[in-house]
Amino acid sequence: MLDEFMLLGMMPAAVVNGLMFGAIYALVALGLTLIYGVLHIINFAHGALLMLAMYAAFYLFRHFGIDPYFAIVFVVPASFVLGYALYRWGIGKLAHGKDENILLVTLGLAIVIENAAIFFFTADQQTITLSYSYDTVDLGFVFLSLPKVISFFASLFICLLLWLLISKTDLGRAIRAVAKERQGARLVGIDVEHIFAATYGIGIACLGAAGCLLLPSFYVDPFTGNIFVLVAFTIVVLGGMGSIVGALVGGFIIGVTESVGGLILGESLGQIGISLIFILILVLRPTGLFGAKS
Amino acid sequence: MTKKPTKSTISRRSFVAGTTAGAAVLATTSIGFPRMARAEDTVKIGLIHPVTGFLAFPGAQLRYGSELAIADINAAGGVKSMGGAKLEALLGDSQTKPQIGAAEVEKMHEAGVHAFSGCYQSAVGIAASAAAAKYNIPFSIDVGVSDTLVTRGLENVFRMMDGYGRIAKDAATNLGLINKAAGSPAKTVVIVHEESLFGTGTAKLMGDYLPEQGLEVVEVIKHANPTRNFDNIALRIKSMNPDIVMPINYPGEYVLLARTLRQQRVDFAASYSVLGGGFNFKFVQEMTDLAENMIDVNHWYDPNSAFGQELRRRVEADGKFFTMEIYTAYNSIRLLHDAFERAATTAPEAVNAALASSTMDPLFMPYGPTRMVNGQNMGSRAVAIQAQNGDVQLISPTEFASAEAVFPRPKV
Repeated sequence: MLDEFMLLGMMPAAVVNGLMFGAIYALVALGLTLIYGVLHIINFAHGALLMLAMYAAFYLFRHFGIDPYFAIVFVVPASFVLGYALYRWGIGKLAHGKDENILLVTLGLAIVIENAAIFFFTADQQTITLSYSYDTVDLGFVFLSLPKVISFFASLFICLLLWLLISKTDLGRAIRAVAKERQGARLVGIDVEHIFAATYGIGIACLGAAGCLLLPSFYVDPFTGNIFVLVAFTIVVLGGMGSIVGALVGGFIIGVTESVGGLILGESLGQIGISLIFILILVLRPTGLFGAKS
Repeated sequence: MTKKPTKSTISRRSFVAGTTAGAAVLATTSIGFPRMARAEDTVKIGLIHPVTGFLAFPGAQLRYGSELAIADINAAGGVKSMGGAKLEALLGDSQTKPQIGAAEVEKMHEAGVHAFSGCYQSAVGIAASAAAAKYNIPFSIDVGVSDTLVTRGLENVFRMMDGYGRIAKDAATNLGLINKAAGSPAKTVVIVHEESLFGTGTAKLMGDYLPEQGLEVVEVIKHANPTRNFDNIALRIKSMNPDIVMPINYPGEYVLLARTLRQQRVDFAASYSVLGGGFNFKFVQEMTDLAENMIDVNHWYDPNSAFGQELRRRVEADGKFFTMEIYTAYNSIRLLHDAFERAATTAPEAVNAALASSTMDPLFMPYGPTRMVNGQNMGSRAVAIQAQNGDVQLISPTEFASAEAVFPRPKV
């Protein structure tokens, strides 16, 4: 059995591993929090759309030999278009302007997408092996898998890009205006429906990137998305609904909590830390770490 | 102008009398007598598997194997003693949840099911077969390793494959033999298992049996389903420096663990899994380099059997991988068909009695003759298989072996 001294020695490695995975969690949560912040809805189709992005990256690799990291160039724009179209001509129309309808529509969408995936892709779990799948970065106290290191920095870069988009561009200003005062934004000439759809599209584009970054390290099947989205919901609550910085910090906290909790309590019981954080944050700070007070 | 409603000529009393009589007629005609007549035409087999959820791949394989067997049996004339009655599949999805599995039993009972085959997960099999026991409907376990399935005194539950009690014993014995043949280079084992009944139960038994083979279990690591990241587990294993790593888990986690061990450069003499969910032709052919020399103990077809070779060819020609789920499901349906054939009726008591006295030829499985003791086939046994050069070879027991074991594995 491992003694306390050995556990302590493995702690830095567990923290670094947690940060690596936390960055990907953050990317998944980013889309979720953005959609919530502007549209004020929880997107239940998030997991199903993440799974679609992973399959897109998988088939680009299998049929065209395109590296999943390079596939971001194709999958992210395609995800944006899909998200925009889904909201503009699907979710938005079916919801008839009621938030509760949007919840149901996204839930229904998730069921349709998952079952369509079983039909078209089969339930078979798919994994890819790249020429550098087993390459590692040696930090002295831990070997980090190269795909995870690449995904970590790519996630940070995408978070930065999104932050710049929201805070420095006209589109970002319009999104923030709609999020804060829908009616006022409409009065100053902002096409609110277009902004809703664009926001949904950007959220799904984040998933597109996350799907490409996850594929080299994880398998994909029609239900893979849900494995990550449950964690993403916790991150959104922890970081604050609608906060980009909150999603990033929340992702890191959850990643490290899961990793260190697994090391100390065992991998089965260790995940209890995520649930504890979820409950604690709801009790002590319902708006989350970076969420605006209502 | 509105039309004045006409007064009904049916009194409440005549309505009640009429509907009661009608119900009685329906009960004795369309539900009663014809039901017996229909039973002669088709024999309905309820297939309950996890075809959605995180076990959808093995679930779909089990359904495929079952439907393949049903098609083969029907093509060969169905149940001949019942005038060529055809087998008909009723499809159910347990969604990996015991309560859903039990609900599927109730639904299929309403649909007139005659026997069940399922359920992959022991917990689902336990709940579903208990629900079927209320109606005494025969239940053949195609995959399900918990011995609780056949030790509850239920007279309707039968299992062709082993439970983890005997599989664990076989696994420990085979490992002892392989290790001894190589000069006993392995002394220590780390067990990594998933958290459900399958993983926990098997791991406990391996912990009991391995010391009898001169192997010390230095660590037992449990993980959740699903587990997203195996880095910590790999680090723990690395710090223990065992000779054998023994995974006991489901497909996704099996492959993720193997990949992470390679990434973290964990060195050991062998990966020796017990009922390794991810060890199959798909894994070995798609990830040949990673899988090379990994060993698994599982139910496997006899590679020297002409029928087994032909079945594999057919399955692969259909674009499927020839996984263990396909042959256990195939044999489970054969077991039921054999019982209906000998019972010559769908009456549950007669079919259960026929199952209990089954001596069915295991055909393409490396089993001894079928012999049921309290619902468990005592003729079945698990074998050790190893990935070698992109194929799977049976390495133990030697009478069925298609290749010699590579043990310890060369340094990666």
